[in-house]
Amino acid sequence: MLELRKDIFADERDDNLKEIGKGTQRQDMLGHVTGTSTYFDDHKLQGMLHLKVLRSPHAHARLRRIDTTEAERAPGVRRVIRGADVPVNLNTLLSLINFGKDDEPSLAVDKVRYKGEPIVAVVADSPREAYEAIAKVRVDYEPLPAVFDVEEALKSGAPVVNETYPKNTFVYHDVYDHQKLRFGDVERGFAEADHVLEQRYQMSPIEHAPTETNGSIAAPDTNGRYVVYTSTQALFFSLDTCAKILDVPSNTFHFVGGTVGGGFGGKVDTLTEPLAILGAMLTGRPVRYQLGREEEMQFGSPRGAERIFVKDGVMRDGRIVARKICAYFDSGAYTRLSSYAVVKCAAHLPGPYTIPNVHGDIYCVFTNRTPATAMRGFGVTAMDFALECQMDKLAHLVGIDPMEFRILNAYRDGDMKAHRREAKNTALIECVQVAAEKAKWPLREEAKRASSRKDGGGSRAAMSPTPQDPAPQRAAASQQRTSYDRAPPVVTQPPPPTPTPPPPRPQAPSHGAARFSSVFGTRRR
Amino acid sequence: MARHRGRGIASINYPIGMNLGGDPSQALVHSNPSGKFTVSLSSIDLGQGMKSVTRQICAETLGVPVEDVYVDTADSDTGPHCMGSFASRGTHRVGNAVMAAAKEARGVMMEAAAEELEVNAADLDTDGRGNIHVKGAPHRSISTKDVAIAAQFKQGKTISGRGIFLVPLSEVNPETGEMSPATCYAHACLVAEVEVDDETGEVAMVRMDSAYELGRALNPRLVEQQLVGGAWMGVSHALFETPEPYYPDPAHGPRDFVEYLMPGPGDICPHDIAVLERPAADGPFGAKGPGEMCANPVLPAVANAIFNAVGVRMDELPITPEKVLRAIKAQGGARPQARR
Amino acid sequence: MTKTPLQFRHNGREVAVFVDGGVNLLVALRELIGDMTPKFGCGQGGCGACSVLIDGELHLSCLTLAEAANGRSVETLDGLKDGPNLHPLQRAFMEQFAAQCGYCTPGMLMAAKALLDRNPSPTRAEVVEAISGNICRCTGYEPIVNAVLAAASGGRARA
Repeated sequence: MLELRKDIFADERDDNLKEIGKGTQRQDMLGHVTGTSTYFDDHKLQGMLHLKVLRSPHAHARLRRIDTTEAERAPGVRRVIRGADVPVNLNTLLSLINFGKDDEPSLAVDKVRYKGEPIVAVVADSPREAYEAIAKVRVDYEPLPAVFDVEEALKSGAPVVNETYPKNTFVYHDVYDHQKLRFGDVERGFAEADHVLEQRYQMSPIEHAPTETNGSIAAPDTNGRYVVYTSTQALFFSLDTCAKILDVPSNTFHFVGGTVGGGFGGKVDTLTEPLAILGAMLTGRPVRYQLGREEEMQFGSPRGAERIFVKDGVMRDGRIVARKICAYFDSGAYTRLSSYAVVKCAAHLPGPYTIPNVHGDIYCVFTNRTPATAMRGFGVTAMDFALECQMDKLAHLVGIDPMEFRILNAYRDGDMKAHRREAKNTALIECVQVAAEKAKWPLREEAKRASSRKDGGGSRAAMSPTPQDPAPQRAAASQQRTSYDRAPPVVTQPPPPTPTPPPPRPQAPSHGAARFSSVFGTRRR
Repeated sequence: MARHRGRGIASINYPIGMNLGGDPSQALVHSNPSGKFTVSLSSIDLGQGMKSVTRQICAETLGVPVEDVYVDTADSDTGPHCMGSFASRGTHRVGNAVMAAAKEARGVMMEAAAEELEVNAADLDTDGRGNIHVKGAPHRSISTKDVAIAAQFKQGKTISGRGIFLVPLSEVNPETGEMSPATCYAHACLVAEVEVDDETGEVAMVRMDSAYELGRALNPRLVEQQLVGGAWMGVSHALFETPEPYYPDPAHGPRDFVEYLMPGPGDICPHDIAVLERPAADGPFGAKGPGEMCANPVLPAVANAIFNAVGVRMDELPITPEKVLRAIKAQGGARPQARR
Repeated sequence: MTKTPLQFRHNGREVAVFVDGGVNLLVALRELIGDMTPKFGCGQGGCGACSVLIDGELHLSCLTLAEAANGRSVETLDGLKDGPNLHPLQRAFMEQFAAQCGYCTPGMLMAAKALLDRNPSPTRAEVVEAISGNICRCTGYEPIVNAVLAAASGGRARA
């Protein structure tokens, strides 16, 4: 099943360790098999109330009127919470590290931007009574045109999903609607290549689907604070987000968690804690807010879909000489974490290969669907799917075994990576060799003798000149071009940077989150 | 009307930690009066084994058996700040913080032992079984329990330590994308073998063989859990899952597990894994982190295997039987490629 | 709301509570009896995290009206140990590292117990079928199947 190949890289390791390297039993395994591991919901609190939210049935609509009078009178209802009750009803998760603009309400006030967006919260004696009261809330919706396709969202005239980003893209460095990666001259690479292959890849959103859904219980504590039992993956991230939204000092909260029934990235968004705490503040009682499974599946944040265009120039001897990537991350209606994934994706290009000319444009696009968030492999999983399918196609095109094709193009110690850092501690070649051996996949001797520690650097450490403007396309007569046959990709030229007046010095945020200076210029310490 | 087998591969790397750095974690380590240690964290165990791996790192660094260490997490009143469990950062960032805290605690413990044994601390070593002895003279020793009692009640020392680990935040060049995204990377190559039914379009997993390079396998059983479970999730992602079956049209989204499909225990296949270790210069004992990358190579390996089996390229996920059948029909039938 | 009396054997102990109409057995066990071992995973009968044994048969407690347990024997993970001693299934799960987040584990162990109680020497296919109603998102199922087989072949699988 699993073997340790201690022979490989042995000269770089000291294996003389006592506890490290042992298959020691998990500290929590006994708790798991006896059912005594304590998840957030395994707390019985006296007089606990239940919170449920009314969710928008429309993907995009103005909220003309919200009438909660009948709901307030419904049996078992302790409190109805509206957007106006939320002290700071606009936030973005990464404001805690000064990245991005506040764009998302905890409870919608004048507009909903995705089907399922929360509008009103009801706190009642039982979940059933909360749901029955939710059904009595009257909302007048004015449906608006919605946009669901990332390339449609980028066209002029598309419905504006999120007014904070009027062109339906996150803004990078205050100027660009995408993150760039520029290394060498791809157009020159394409011109010199023997083959050019251009393909389109489309991911689907997927669910984290942890067995335990998102949820939390907030309760007034004995010392005037609030204790919060939570399923979050990031304790202080959630605590500080709540402190900001509820506009209280961070030590108002005592967050308890640490044992979570699966996360995979879906329990960072702090979906339930702010309203659960607000419910506890407004009722003086413990309040539980847990997503049901249908809620989690349809309205809990998914992994966002990515649409990726890869254009490669390859020589007949198998060397990839140019790689150009355009990718659109579907962030849904709000930013959450997708804006960060775009930069991680750009850094990941062109994959673990040394390619002298690399060009990337990665976009974070807003559409009227459930906001996406991080999921296992965030920013990378989709790109690896596209790149590795592409590698297989290229190998097939030039008639080289796919394993040997990887080894040929693999990065090695000392090579220059496209984000302009030296490759160190590489091991792709060895992984390919070992996997081939395991799968009884024949490799030629030359491929078996390759090493991550040899033949790197030198000319592979060079940074070829990188043009500011795209070079004109020229094709050689003998060049074979293979294109994706459906509609040609939309290539949105970045707007030329217009000189903008320097931004006014922003006020220090009231929650004290000025942790470190902005990378992207939107906020500065 | 046949089932065709095919093999495909994928090779990847994966950056360890939050992109661009700037994601600190802290740890506190302290001894009780009788030499038993607690690691206080606010880090989260999602099942990946955070509590277990940090326990082993602490024990190794302190030089005591793992049974003498327990990890307590997560409580914002007692656990110092941790950015959270995501981005494959846990082992690397939290592990390093625990190491730093344990190193400080060990330093105090050795000083206290040196005072009791009337030698220099540099002449002492731990035996990993609960004793501290003079190097080269194992009979001149004292138990960690006795050291703890002496430190606390006689010498007035606290056997405790604090640790923080931070990769400094990197800038990003707006024009070129130049940046320092991570300090180390894990690697993998995976071979997937599938069987495609050209009458139903169904794809069955036959086997997987893989090699993962992880810096150091701190606990091979935990690594195995991640790699096996992650590969299953990769199969699920490639072949089964979508909350929007007609993306970008959002209609007909699933509402329960009857409609949101994932492979069950009858759909799994044997998976043979090799683990390589090329220590990261800044990883705890060289460790990187397998938590996310374990699913990634499966998706393209499966797509490439389907091409090998029936000659169709599946560029849109999930690869449902409907999509496979349509592709085979558009091609005029299955076209098995040369056996790899 | 009218409350209905409910009396049943819970892991060998007689218990009695009053339930609101419509309350399911999962809620009754967790909130009224205080047995937190069966878990809420979906409330739709799709994940098996709430699985319990009623008169030895595997049931989804989220889809079972609490009142349906009246006069019956209900077994949950909380009662699997034999005094301080682990059941062979619990030992096998530990040895095979068959849990990561642990959330599906209570339901899995109940499904496995229901199998081994009626079929002490199952084939691998029979184990797979027995746990097919229990979703695990972490382990990929392999170690769980191995654990059930190990507990069976270890003998004395009956509690």
